[in-house]
Amino acid sequence: MQDAAVKDRKDEGTRAALAPVPALDVSHVSHSYGSVDVLHDVSFRVDAGKFCALLGLNGAGKSTLFALVTRLFDRREGDIRVFGFDVRHQSSQALRRMGVVFQSRTLDPDLTVMQNLYYHASLHGLSRREARELGAGELARAHLADKKDALVRNLSGGQQRRVEIVRALLHRPQLILLDEPTVGLDVEARRLILSMVRDLAAERGVGILWATHLIDEVRGEDDVVVLHKGLVLANGTASSIVAKQRAAGLLPAFESLIGQKAAEGLAS
Amino acid sequence: MTTAIFHAGSLPSTRRLTLTAYLRCLYGIVWREILRFLHQRGRFLSALVRPLVWLFIFAAGFRATLGVSIIPPYDTYVLYEVYITPGLCAMIQLFNGMQSSLSMVYDREIGTMRTLLTSPFPRAYLLAAKLIAGVSVSIVQVYAFLAIAYFWDIEPPHIGYLAVLPALILSGFMFGALGLLLSSLIKQLENFAGVMNFVIFPMFFASSALYPLWRVREASITLNDICLFNPFTHATELIRFALYTQMNWEAAGIVLACTTVFFVLAAISYNPSRGLMSRRVQG
Repeated sequence: MQDAAVKDRKDEGTRAALAPVPALDVSHVSHSYGSVDVLHDVSFRVDAGKFCALLGLNGAGKSTLFALVTRLFDRREGDIRVFGFDVRHQSSQALRRMGVVFQSRTLDPDLTVMQNLYYHASLHGLSRREARELGAGELARAHLADKKDALVRNLSGGQQRRVEIVRALLHRPQLILLDEPTVGLDVEARRLILSMVRDLAAERGVGILWATHLIDEVRGEDDVVVLHKGLVLANGTASSIVAKQRAAGLLPAFESLIGQKAAEGLAS
Repeated sequence: MTTAIFHAGSLPSTRRLTLTAYLRCLYGIVWREILRFLHQRGRFLSALVRPLVWLFIFAAGFRATLGVSIIPPYDTYVLYEVYITPGLCAMIQLFNGMQSSLSMVYDREIGTMRTLLTSPFPRAYLLAAKLIAGVSVSIVQVYAFLAIAYFWDIEPPHIGYLAVLPALILSGFMFGALGLLLSSLIKQLENFAGVMNFVIFPMFFASSALYPLWRVREASITLNDICLFNPFTHATELIRFALYTQMNWEAAGIVLACTTVFFVLAAISYNPSRGLMSRRVQG
């Protein structure tokens, strides 16, 4: 009898250990600035190896959500976990597993590309040698090998964005958060960055949360979270959302969800 | 296509934050601060020119009118230039602390602050590392100033140059911590001019940097009380005594206490759950 109980407990432990853990699990998160509600009961998850688009207009709450996930400040309510680690109480464990590309540029323009990488590496406890080796490999993949000694301020907007992605990858995170990384870039630079990030999910199994208001960046098989005025309006694959809304595409589906007809700006 | 499924028992491995990792982090932050300092040659020059103007012009002019009686740590009459040198060392550190504050606000505006704050190391440690970086730069500036002052007949005992180092470290931490605290309060770079008017100048002038306290007391008891309340006075006296190989325990205690208070308040301000950062509206 006692043996059976022990075996049950062991099985339960094994099942728990084998339960899939999402790369990012946002659960019932609400946040406000004073009396202004910015996020209300937001829940979704990003699985490892999946590309998840966080779709929303400007002011939807995407940047606030990023700030909460990266613990720039704490949420008022709810739970955010990165590979099971609570961002508030196990922030070090969580932050070690994520790389972030913020909406505003965060490279030091007065330093070279490699110096920026060294600095970031040190903030994750990596040595110079590791930063040099890992950085060289990532820069080559981002077609920036010849720019390693260039001052950041002399790079184009698209190149700076790619350096930021390289930097976010330096400590080998399994979750990458990108907040509107292609805004203000030309079509070619956008294509290059998008393809680079999609490869990360496909080839390395990295979970991607890609915040955007540009619908043409989303594919049918991508996971999509539609965020509007702090509320999640839809969550599923892009094609399932389109089917559910009985729309001709993601843009009409999005329009129908937010009840707004003038969303032409989303397509470009 | 890779389908990575992680389980609770097989999470992606990451680097552990060992002591070496902590030291690398500290090194990286100090290295970046020094690099920025070297890139900004104007900052180094202005850090030197400011006290040298006070020493060469102000002090030389007032030498004849302001006599300084024999007061500790001096065992003889000293020239006015000699008297104000420790205060000018403290002024360099005060300006540097404010410069670090400005740098933090600038980092926040251009976004590099986010890189720092999303590091997995504890936030208080990151702030302390930032503080150490600022103090390192300020000490280099003070020694460069003392080297030039030496040729202007400001010649403390040779051992004093070594004895003053711990005092400079302590006072540098106090001004750096004050700068950190202010950086959390200043919302925009443009507001920094207010810091100049409301922090730097009152702190410098209402202290024992330019006049001994007994002279201030003769002029106004209230001003004397303000000077005694001013942490800058105690930093100046700590440096003054250390430069002449003496220890001023009272000044050291007050500077240490102020450092602790400023740093704890700064750490609270930067705490994601309790601090001012959490109340700031983001885009």
